[in-house]
Amino acid sequence: MLNYIWFGLMAVALVVAIFNGTAPAVTKGAIDSAKTAVEISIGLVGIMTLWLGIMRVAEASGLIAIFSRVVRPISRFLFPDVPPDHPAIGAMLMNIAANMLGLSNAATPMGIKAMEELQTLNDQKETATNAMVTFMALNTSGIQFIPATMIAVLASTGSKAPTVIIPTTIIATMSGAIAAVTATKLLQRFFPRDETPVIIEVGN
Amino acid sequence: MIRAALDAIGTWAIPVLLVGIPLYGLTKKVKVYDVFIEGAKEGFNVAIRIIPFLVGILVAIGMFRGSGAMDLLTNALRPLVEATGVPADLIPFPILKTLSGSGSLAYATDIAKRFGPDSRIARMAATMYGSSETTFYVLAVYFGAIGVKRTRHAVPSALIGDVVAAIVAVAVCAWLF
Repeated sequence: MLNYIWFGLMAVALVVAIFNGTAPAVTKGAIDSAKTAVEISIGLVGIMTLWLGIMRVAEASGLIAIFSRVVRPISRFLFPDVPPDHPAIGAMLMNIAANMLGLSNAATPMGIKAMEELQTLNDQKETATNAMVTFMALNTSGIQFIPATMIAVLASTGSKAPTVIIPTTIIATMSGAIAAVTATKLLQRFFPRDETPVIIEVGN
Repeated sequence: MIRAALDAIGTWAIPVLLVGIPLYGLTKKVKVYDVFIEGAKEGFNVAIRIIPFLVGILVAIGMFRGSGAMDLLTNALRPLVEATGVPADLIPFPILKTLSGSGSLAYATDIAKRFGPDSRIARMAATMYGSSETTFYVLAVYFGAIGVKRTRHAVPSALIGDVVAAIVAVAVCAWLF
């Protein structure tokens, strides 16, 4: 899927550039984005190191296991392939809670920790599991209670009531999350983990 | 009242977690500093592992945006979306939001300035901005961090969520404001 989207975006860019004469902007887009991508990754080093350290303490002290137990009824429904006491559940819960509270700096390392835990349950390390995809659906939906960035933008441009977008954002983001998670459940059977059909060899 | 409580959480959550988690560890006789260092060692490698995935996806998106293909897409969708009564200026927004965090932030800010921050269209844009994440960035970072290349139904599921969130955002704002 990503192979086609990745190539498609670049191929469309080239074709449009031919007709629009925007080749210099396409070149600039490529070079600037490569630089931005590295800057983002390097910028994550400090915060990632801090939170992965703290997460290890939470794991070693049994805190993550406690979180896993608390959400067992929900996690059994969302992630049926993950054992209910597995540390992945606790890490996913911490990531989602941090996202909801708008603590995106802490949410990313927690989410990566959760993905690493899910990877320990994966027998094909380069292929996503159902649990990973469902967890990603929750993350790309960006569930949050306070859209702080947009409240700040509205306030700075002179809004009299910047917080009116809180209820509308919660309704929209929850709808998106429910739709995305439902989609993962309905689509998973159409995207089997083995792309090549299993060939059974019969004797010599 | 609720807002004050949520503001307090935003202000205090990080320091309380940074102290509270090791404190709980100490009560469980965990050598908190040693364990912290052990976990923290992974940080650098995880961040570096993300680089190729992020460069790949952001370069493709940067080229796409640079070419002006977004305008073509907007114009193609215009008759379809305008028939439903959605303001034409909002058409590129959900697509932009899926591809670029900084691009969509600039676009929403521009709408708030042009139409006024208390206009219906500004509230629609703000609600759309807050109702989903920058899908391709999120997928590149998380799958990149653990080296997963075959993402299966992750992209279609996430995009379905993005479309539903955008439609609900516009509908709720049209109804409330």
